[in-house]
Amino acid sequence: MSMKSFPKPSELPVPAGAEGWEKLYPYYLVFQDKLKEQEDAKFWFCDSQHWPTVFKPFETIGGEFAVKCLGQYNARHLMIPNANGIEFRIHLGYLYMSPIPVPEDQIAARVPLFEQRVGHYFQNWEQLLKDWHVKVKGTIAEMETISFPKLPDMVPMEDITSGKGKDGSEKLLESYDRLIQLAYQNWQYHFEFLNLGYIAYLDFFNFCKQVFPNIPDQSIASMVQGVDMELFRPDDELKQLAKLAVELGLQPHFGNTDDVEATLGAIAAAPGGDRWLAQYEGAKDPWFNFTVGNGFYGHDKYWNVNQEIPLGYIADYIRRVDEGQEIMRPVEALIAERDRIIEEYRDLLEGDNQAVFDAKRGLAATAYPYVENHNFYIEHWTMGVFWRKIRELSRMMHAEGFWTQPDDLLYLGRNEVRDALFDLVTGWGVGAKPIGPDYWPEEIERRRGIVDALKTARPAPALNTPPASITEPFTRMLWGITTEQVQQWLGAGEEVEGGGLRGMAASPGVVEGLARVVTDADQLSEVQQGEILVATVTAPSWGPIFGKISATVTDIGGMMSHAAIVCREYGLPAVTGTGSGSTTIKTGQRLRVDGTKGTVQILDAEDDLVVAGPGAHSHSHV
Amino acid sequence: MQSNDYVQFFDGGIEPKLENLGGKGASLVTMTSAGMPVPPGFVVTTAQFDAFMDEAGITAKIHELLAGLDPEDTRQVDQVSAAIREDICSRPVPEALRSMTIAAYESLMGRFDAPVPVAVRSSATAEDLPDASFAGQQDTYLWLDGVKAVTDHIRQCWASLYTSRAIIYRLKNSIPNEGLSMAVVVQKMVNSKVSGVAITMDPTNGDRSKITIDSSYGVGEMVVSGQVTPDNIVLDKVTLAVVSEHLGDKHAELVPDAGAKGLVEREVDDERRGRRSLTDAELTAVAQMAKRAEKHYKCPQDIEWALDADLPDGENLLLLQSRPETVHSSKPAPVTAPQPVVTGGYFSGLSTPALKPTA
Repeated sequence: MSMKSFPKPSELPVPAGAEGWEKLYPYYLVFQDKLKEQEDAKFWFCDSQHWPTVFKPFETIGGEFAVKCLGQYNARHLMIPNANGIEFRIHLGYLYMSPIPVPEDQIAARVPLFEQRVGHYFQNWEQLLKDWHVKVKGTIAEMETISFPKLPDMVPMEDITSGKGKDGSEKLLESYDRLIQLAYQNWQYHFEFLNLGYIAYLDFFNFCKQVFPNIPDQSIASMVQGVDMELFRPDDELKQLAKLAVELGLQPHFGNTDDVEATLGAIAAAPGGDRWLAQYEGAKDPWFNFTVGNGFYGHDKYWNVNQEIPLGYIADYIRRVDEGQEIMRPVEALIAERDRIIEEYRDLLEGDNQAVFDAKRGLAATAYPYVENHNFYIEHWTMGVFWRKIRELSRMMHAEGFWTQPDDLLYLGRNEVRDALFDLVTGWGVGAKPIGPDYWPEEIERRRGIVDALKTARPAPALNTPPASITEPFTRMLWGITTEQVQQWLGAGEEVEGGGLRGMAASPGVVEGLARVVTDADQLSEVQQGEILVATVTAPSWGPIFGKISATVTDIGGMMSHAAIVCREYGLPAVTGTGSGSTTIKTGQRLRVDGTKGTVQILDAEDDLVVAGPGAHSHSHV
Repeated sequence: MQSNDYVQFFDGGIEPKLENLGGKGASLVTMTSAGMPVPPGFVVTTAQFDAFMDEAGITAKIHELLAGLDPEDTRQVDQVSAAIREDICSRPVPEALRSMTIAAYESLMGRFDAPVPVAVRSSATAEDLPDASFAGQQDTYLWLDGVKAVTDHIRQCWASLYTSRAIIYRLKNSIPNEGLSMAVVVQKMVNSKVSGVAITMDPTNGDRSKITIDSSYGVGEMVVSGQVTPDNIVLDKVTLAVVSEHLGDKHAELVPDAGAKGLVEREVDDERRGRRSLTDAELTAVAQMAKRAEKHYKCPQDIEWALDADLPDGENLLLLQSRPETVHSSKPAPVTAPQPVVTGGYFSGLSTPALKPTA
């Protein structure tokens, strides 16, 4: 079979104004001229699911820590027989990945090591997971203690009398190093259970595919999925707060939630307001350590810093409760449906196969909830604190004249920040002006221009020639990079009848309705009841939106992407990983989303767009 | 109208009794109450037959005529048979019974916009007879219009209990005439706009987690006999998700033609050929019905179904036939051992206790 190819990295045009972009990133993150032959021989796919926009130099930290730590658990901890880690590069500002296979002749030797190591985890799952929570929260607590105060005009007298013998600059340098180390630490912990969750899931997945050939992936997912996951907890807290506000008659005070102070003040002054505020404060810590993005960007907004976001969601829930809508997720119905599905598949098996099914499903159901729950602790909570501290440092240095915008530190690589800090303490220490204020503003402006130029181009979905089949389990499961998906990107896929898009059948059901294309969390407020959400990718903190919409279409993601998990939970159809849904579909177009088949049809041509508004009609045919 | 002792609708919600309804009638009532929608209709029960035979004075006469009859004397048997059948077809049915049957027929017709043709079939109570050609088992009259045609053919079914052949058979096998009775089924003729088969497995590999559906326009004969290429859809049995579908050419259809009292073949236009013959909702309904049939009979089924043009959407799916699937069901279910680790099964080499989660 002739295999079409994606472009080579060197064949992609550099957007005007982005010339010299390679120097924005460390040498080891970009493709090398000297390694061109080896690198071009590998297949690389773009992870725009986690990194949908161009990296500012400092932001590579998330990609580096995450993908490196994912790999270490495959290759060094668990000795997974058939999968090493994933190599990664940044090209034109986007992250590309290439899974590393285990040479055929090494697989067998890894099996006993793998079984011993994995066995230990599964036998001690509960205890180890408890320990994990302690470790992770300990890291966060230590992060919270770090601060970056301005250096004093002179060493305080008590340091003279105590014979301290240090000027405090060492504390600043240590704090920075420690903050980076703590982030690294929680990223290592992040994967301690994640890979196991995937392994257990895939083991059950492969078994199901053997005994039930072509069983839909959705069925397998629904048999191990948790129902009350921490992923939904922040959203659930908002719903409870909305219900309490209605109960206490506080609705009138939610008229202008953009003014946080006035809103909270009015509630405090109202009868029953104390009770509501006490519950609000309780929910805030930790559940508002929640980003509207995905935790990988310095510009992410967090609920606890931008309280107008959760308050706005609460106001919306209050409106829906007052209209008599049921805002809670149909948890009982979901559990009943999950149990029915398990029971019916199980009944189709006999004897030994039934026992194997029970064992593998039991393991997957034990391990899998971590996959859904860990996200809050690392991507949201850890990274929320991390970025808050980094902004604090950036602002301190901005005050010292190092750059012109408060958050410009993000245009430095993390090791350049160390240099800039030493520049600062040297200048301060000797009583001279540091060099940075004369060096960085101009350099940052140049870099800003390059980053903005890179942002004008979308990434290629993949690079070079794909393998005949894609087998690496994590790649398939987490990124939805399957052989079929790759073929579709290459335009060799089966045409959708009547024209349209094809993706993963991530959550079943068929819905017709009007599209609402959302490329940025700031546009979420435009979403109207009953519309079909079309997005590059969704984030956990978009939770409140899912009670409003009738279906979801994403460009990126597989069966286990956030959109897939949440839509299954809400009983909404979803088609994920369409590749180009958000660029092909326009807001207001009428769509037919078939989450059972994985197809999206655009029912009206672009030229007769209807104005989308509230009350968009939708009905389910299922 | 309500079901009663003399007339029982398939969907009347009354417990089916073989001795009241006969084999065919009881099976139709059972299937209907198990959620398998057979073409609608009613059973004229054995109680009605018995009441008619008694009140019309035929029962007493029969015993006289049959006493001492020699099964080898076919001429005499023919005479007796003709006399009995003449009585059954000519003596008046008591008005109370007759009006119940007429009301039932009118009530059945009332379910449609206009009167529709029906079939009248005998439904014998004798179950233990190996020979299916036994009296009354096979009497079927199709495409009947109007109350007179229906009542006449009910009598013909009754009379079939006393054909020469049936009388001889009973005499030779020492089957007494006491308690002999007959129920009659009156059922709508199916007006198939779309029909086909459904097997509650994947016949290509015996996978029990699938439902395979063939579907085409018109009545099912062309699908069954292979004269058209139907649409073929494979669904997951548990979630009813479509696993694969291939559209067939479906170039022709056989459709009922009331004027011709039978079927005519027609070309199918390009637009209908080019799309699937079932909507998503209809496909789901067929699959759910197949699942119910399998559950009811406790083994994989091979069913024939049709969408009836005379019934409203959502209520027009009918089950024509459900038989055990025999090709694969006689083999053991496919047991696929987990593959060794190298091909991706992670824990196949591990003893299960080693992987017991602590939960």
